[in-house]
Amino acid sequence: MKSYAPIVVVVALLAVVPFIVTSNVVLNFLVMALLIALAGQGWNLLGGYGGQYSFGHAAFFGTGAYVTAILQVRYGINAWLGLFVGIAVGALVGAAIGALSFRWGLRGSYFSLVTLAFAEVLRIVASVAPITGAGVGILIKLDLRPEAFQFQSRAPFYWIAVGLVGLSLVLVRAIEHSRFGAYLAAVRENEAAATALGVDAFAIKLGAMTISAAITAAAGCFYAQYFLFLDAAIAYGPWLSIDALLAPIVGGAGTLFGPLLGALVVKVLGEATKLFTGDAPGLDLVVYGVLLVGVVGLAPRGIAGFVATMTPKRLRLLWPSSLRHG
Amino acid sequence: MADTLLHIENVSKRFGGLLAVSGTSFAVSPQGITALIGPNGAGKTTLFAIISGFLRPDGGRVVYDGADLTGEAPHRRARRGIARTFQIVQPFAGLTVRENIAVGSHLAHVRRIDALAAAEEVAHSVGLGSMLDAAAGTLTVALRKRLELARALAIAPRLLLLDEVLAGLNPSEIRDMVPVIRGIASRGVTILMIEHVMQAVMSLAEHVLVLAEGRIIAQGMPHEVAADRQVVEAYLGQGAAKRMMVGLRHD
Amino acid sequence: MLSAVILIPAVLNGLMTGAVYALVALGLTLIYGVLHIINFAHGALLTAAMFAAFFAYTVLGLDPYVALFLLMPVFFVVGYALQRYVIGPAAHGDDRNFLLVTLGLAVVIENALLYAFRADTRTVNLPYAFKVIEIGNMFLAVPRVVAFVAVVAVAAALWLFLQWTATGKAVRAVAKEKLGAELCGIDVAHIYAVTFGLGTACVAVAACLLIPTYYVNPTAGDAFVLIAFTIVVLGGMGSVIGALSAGLFVGVVESLSTIALGESLGQIGIFVMFIVVLLVRPSGLFGERA
Repeated sequence: MKSYAPIVVVVALLAVVPFIVTSNVVLNFLVMALLIALAGQGWNLLGGYGGQYSFGHAAFFGTGAYVTAILQVRYGINAWLGLFVGIAVGALVGAAIGALSFRWGLRGSYFSLVTLAFAEVLRIVASVAPITGAGVGILIKLDLRPEAFQFQSRAPFYWIAVGLVGLSLVLVRAIEHSRFGAYLAAVRENEAAATALGVDAFAIKLGAMTISAAITAAAGCFYAQYFLFLDAAIAYGPWLSIDALLAPIVGGAGTLFGPLLGALVVKVLGEATKLFTGDAPGLDLVVYGVLLVGVVGLAPRGIAGFVATMTPKRLRLLWPSSLRHG
Repeated sequence: MADTLLHIENVSKRFGGLLAVSGTSFAVSPQGITALIGPNGAGKTTLFAIISGFLRPDGGRVVYDGADLTGEAPHRRARRGIARTFQIVQPFAGLTVRENIAVGSHLAHVRRIDALAAAEEVAHSVGLGSMLDAAAGTLTVALRKRLELARALAIAPRLLLLDEVLAGLNPSEIRDMVPVIRGIASRGVTILMIEHVMQAVMSLAEHVLVLAEGRIIAQGMPHEVAADRQVVEAYLGQGAAKRMMVGLRHD
Repeated sequence: MLSAVILIPAVLNGLMTGAVYALVALGLTLIYGVLHIINFAHGALLTAAMFAAFFAYTVLGLDPYVALFLLMPVFFVVGYALQRYVIGPAAHGDDRNFLLVTLGLAVVIENALLYAFRADTRTVNLPYAFKVIEIGNMFLAVPRVVAFVAVVAVAAALWLFLQWTATGKAVRAVAKEKLGAELCGIDVAHIYAVTFGLGTACVAVAACLLIPTYYVNPTAGDAFVLIAFTIVVLGGMGSVIGALSAGLFVGVVESLSTIALGESLGQIGIFVMFIVVLLVRPSGLFGERA
């Protein structure tokens, strides 16, 4: 139980913010950061803990977003139900892609390539299919009632985002302490050795991919409710695939709070860039690209890893073993 | 069936133009230590890969405890009680020794706490008790070999395949490892070991199989096999046995 | 619709488009064959080269086929420097890091272009862009014929380089056995950089060949990259002949399916083929095991 204490503390701290800060700009910024943290936590489970680097996590984000949007707009289904269905369908898509990829033994670069390709296929389909609104996109009707998962002020959205992030933290921590988590780490470190110890690598990877997709799909559903507009470039675009991997890598891949930490840093950098250079498109992503190269080159364990090396030896037991040494 | 734990029936494996294992058959009785020796390139590790499920044979069957395993996935075989170590050690470098072994213990224990506790016990039984919190990537070769052994033991195997577990160890490390292996066998685990360190083979093995060019050329007790002319020739070349005999006569 | 009058030119056009695809794929497969990494920045470098060719024409008045001889060495140096001083050091030799670093590089290059030149699409108007050559009763576009010939020439030059020069042999040595090559005194970091430079130079040539008939914008290279990846995987990672044959094959398939299915769906065809190839035969038709 004590290992869940840090999560409670962090969630409590985050939850208090709207009582101190009322600026919509700041809350909006934080909501986006939490969104990326959530999507990134999904990536983190598969990539950081599982060692399988997906370059197409937008596939799950977009699916979650489109499913909930389509259910509301075309079938009049309640938005909260849409959230659950969106997560479920996202998980299914993850399972499908995972089953195909892992059954055929795709690993490393090949796996990254195939995830990229799947995301692109979905983007192209969404840009021409009538059900997703093709080039025009989907607009969710404004209906500012809690039952419709829409709120007048930012604060309730913020708290829901905090709640979702908190849930993802609890889920990942639970996995860390489970047999599934131990097997996932083993598969990441050395798949052959894990297999020789009775680990069904395919099942483990598939499981990780499914849960990872579900978490990222949740972020997509939330996005749909927050912004009320989607098109193929937003839902399945590379921007999310990049953000979802950048946040955990910057914050520390394979660590619990890595995605949250990284998302905050990445978003702060993005906003700072926009502040100094105006709204010209592209520069913030340039900064992200440089950040990615820099972190990989100079601080491969991300912020969490860097802080861990700075921690005096006696306190190191607080960190997961993968970060304790060197 | 009670007499044989493992039966290799007419197994062959080809890699392109190379016939690594050709129509090999042998049986391993339960309990005790059997050594599989032979010159380099004889096909020993290939056989291990086939027994543990990492390679499919082109022909023949692997029968374990009466069941035909041919084609079964490696993780299923591990669950049946076949454990193996790798010739080139494969630690989970980013995990601690305890966590490494726990991956094996998890086969029998679902809860993390139980698996970690079981891992500690196994670690102590092979002399790794003091290294439990060390990162596997920082261990010396000798300790890595021991970790490899501990991990395999953690799945509570009935058949343990040791692939050159003494290779790369200096004489004192070998001396430390031999009683560990003997201890494992005394607890009822059947051991089939590939080994080049002859002193260990002679002192540990009750039964020796000699593999050369993909087939068994001799088997029996260690001293029988050592005196076998074909075995000498396989290692030292044709005519070597005769030359040795001539040499002896002149002494 | 299936008459020879339509099919044969479609196939020929496909071969010519395929040749350019093959050239892009050639650079990619060379880099994979030697460094054993997938260069995610390849498409962005192609885009950058296309912009360079565009500005060589509009600002310096250089015809693309002339600019080719200028941009080839320039981009060789760019590629060399990138691998030697950015990618190599940042990746610390880890495959997964190479992926991330080249991805990061791609993001930087594309978005720098976006920031500098906006998202507008530009084209170049050349007098010979629409000229055709008559063969029998078929009309072949001049730029495409030139492209085909140029690609064959580049491929031949590359082959000669790898076979006959000392550096070329060193490249082949490193591709086969890095440690052994190192022990023979070959500077592996230098060879890696040379290879990356060659791959980037291929892309520069491809850009110059594309400019007369293709548009330029910050995402232009992307369209080619997935096609190039498909070709490399189909032809076998690291196989030069594989890249060429698969390139021509993909070009023909694309040409025929565009006739059958139309523009936008044709694009999906490439991705689907890519996924299928990855799943079924990642080692490709000619390549080493994945």
